Amino acid sequence: MKKVIMGNHSVSYGVRLARAEVIAAYPITPQTQIVEELSEMCSDGRLKAKFVKVESEHSAMACCIGAASAGARAFTATSSQGLALMHELLHWASAARLPIVMTNVNRALGPGWNIWTEQTDSLAQRDTGWIQLYCEDNQEVLDSTLMAFRVAEAVRLPVMIVYDAFFLSHTYEPVDIPAQEEADALLPPYKPARGTFMDVEDPRTFSNMTPPDYFMEMRFKIERAMRRAKGEFERAAAEWRRLTGRSYAAVETYRCDDAETVLVAVSTAASTARVMVDSLREKGRKVGLLKMRMFRPFPCREVVDVLRKARKVAVLDRNISFGSGGIFAAEIKAALSNVPGHPPVYGYIAGLGGRDITPATIEEIFDRTEDEDAPEDPVTWIGLKL
Amino acid sequence: MSRNTVVPMGSGHRVEDELFLPGHLGCQGCGGALAMRMVLQAMGPKTMLVIPACCWSIIQGPFPYTGLKVPILNVPFETAGAAAAGLRAALDAKGRTDIQVLAWAGDGGTYDIGLQSLSGAVERNDNILYVCYDNEAYMNTGVQRSGATPEGSWTTTTPVRTPKDRPKKNMIEILAAHRIPYAATATIAFPDDLAAKVHRAKEIRGARFLLILAPCPTGWRTDSKHMIAASRMAVDCNIFPLYEVFEGDRYHITVEPKGTPVREYFKMQGRFRHLGDKEIEQVQRRVDFEWRRLLHKAMQEPFSM
Ligand code: SF4
Repeated sequence: MKKVIMGNHSVSYGVRLARAEVIAAYPITPQTQIVEELSEMCSDGRLKAKFVKVESEHSAMACCIGAASAGARAFTATSSQGLALMHELLHWASAARLPIVMTNVNRALGPGWNIWTEQTDSLAQRDTGWIQLYCEDNQEVLDSTLMAFRVAEAVRLPVMIVYDAFFLSHTYEPVDIPAQEEADALLPPYKPARGTFMDVEDPRTFSNMTPPDYFMEMRFKIERAMRRAKGEFERAAAEWRRLTGRSYAAVETYRCDDAETVLVAVSTAASTARVMVDSLREKGRKVGLLKMRMFRPFPCREVVDVLRKARKVAVLDRNISFGSGGIFAAEIKAALSNVPGHPPVYGYIAGLGGRDITPATIEEIFDRTEDEDAPEDPVTWIGLKL
Repeated sequence: MSRNTVVPMGSGHRVEDELFLPGHLGCQGCGGALAMRMVLQAMGPKTMLVIPACCWSIIQGPFPYTGLKVPILNVPFETAGAAAAGLRAALDAKGRTDIQVLAWAGDGGTYDIGLQSLSGAVERNDNILYVCYDNEAYMNTGVQRSGATPEGSWTTTTPVRTPKDRPKKNMIEILAAHRIPYAATATIAFPDDLAAKVHRAKEIRGARFLLILAPCPTGWRTDSKHMIAASRMAVDCNIFPLYEVFEGDRYHITVEPKGTPVREYFKMQGRFRHLGDKEIEQVQRRVDFEWRRLLHKAMQEPFSM
């Protein structure tokens, strides 16, 4: 069934179809409509979940940790300051191997107060052990929410679904709402393995003091599970393609085959970049686009396979790690560093705090990458009004 | 009011039913360990524990061992209320309403860093029993002052030259102000009173809170053999009255104190050794005032609709 809905409500529909059992959330702009709609669904019986209206994002994640520890399918949503407040518990959720799913609507962190999009909030959580998937349109948001639960439960790690404030969260698009049977076929009821959840018939202790003799192996297993997540995502995506005809991959290429300059972009900026690639191609310029959907685990092989063939790589970062530069650029440089004769990587910062990334922004990035022999050190800011 | 101070570890209680396994890692004479044993006896095996950072993170024993015969979920310091609420929600979603969720936190995790998440759970009236075993300081990190540390006490962050200069936070009043269905105090020297309160709490749905004074030989600077005596003395000198509050307005004092001077209680403990007559007199005045106030509340007509 097709419906015209906003990005935030796409999540709510996804969570309903996933038959989440416990939801815990706290309001924050621009995420709030996700949980408003879920409240309606729980209230009118469309979703049989327990909705705990917690007093902070910190407690939202703590509540999800409690719920998932008893083997329940748990969900929360947040943004920016709320995500930052959860930080300690993000580590806890992954190290406790809990398949929690969370939506984070990208929003800049203050000060000054800013409610508009920027990816620094989610990217700053990259070392917390959460799988991170970035979405470009509302259909992808809904589909990813469903796939997220499947991947999370397969590898026992939490998943963060991420997308842009306002450009997606509040934008209405036609979305195909899958039938419940399709969702159920992708995502059967969650049946955690014996010994992995709280059970009075099989009493165990979870997350107690862990001496050095055991700790490292536990961390190794998280890393191994994280590496498995990519394959599980591909399996979920293949199943979803079979059920709905829509396909998703860890990374997506657009006109990269003979491209000399490949731009890496994420989220809604990738839509703008795709249009710009077409228009530059018409002018005879050999440009292409690599869209990254998966950030954790980092799809190193896929990224290298595409980028090693380019003459130059440009990375558009709507985020900044102060003193280092764009976070995607840093990851891509690291991925390429062991490839002999790899192309130079040009890092660009644009669109911070919700500033528009327009076709002109993308064109300037392509122009500068093609014109300059070597990348500006350390990073190039686009559209600064200084 | 009763004055039962015998220590029968649960009449008719069989060793096989003991939910507290031998070999805990607490200090000798730990009131917090004894409190757990008493509470679990009353709770029974259909209980799930949620424990934030506190001495019990150690007492329960390290991975891959377990110290109790009920499931334990360890959670970060400030999250007992919220994590217990989540566990409750999951059990309810699965139809396991027969299982009790027991949050078990120290005073730091209750009075201070965990107060917000406890307040949230109580305001929502989540169906959990929250027990604070109160040893009146951050004992696990080596005796630092908390919001539960009594006035005049030494801790490593309130040295004898500048001891704690503020009274202990009144946790029961904070919870009564939430109109919590049930809140009560208890301590290890009055095991029957403690067990009766756990049983009462078990019968009530919604948020329930039990504050257990749990003497700590290490932090109180007292010989472990005096722990039960200290627990009894805290009640007898009105420093820690035993009472319960229903719906935030119906007060019921459960043990009649002897009205012993606080000086006697202080004499037992190294943490008060530095106090002079003037300081002790000051504490005595506050204790007397608080006790009169409690009596007054216990005599008040409760709110009725
Ligand atoms: S420090 Fe005190 S509360 Fe902690 S284990 Fe030792 S006696 Fe018990």
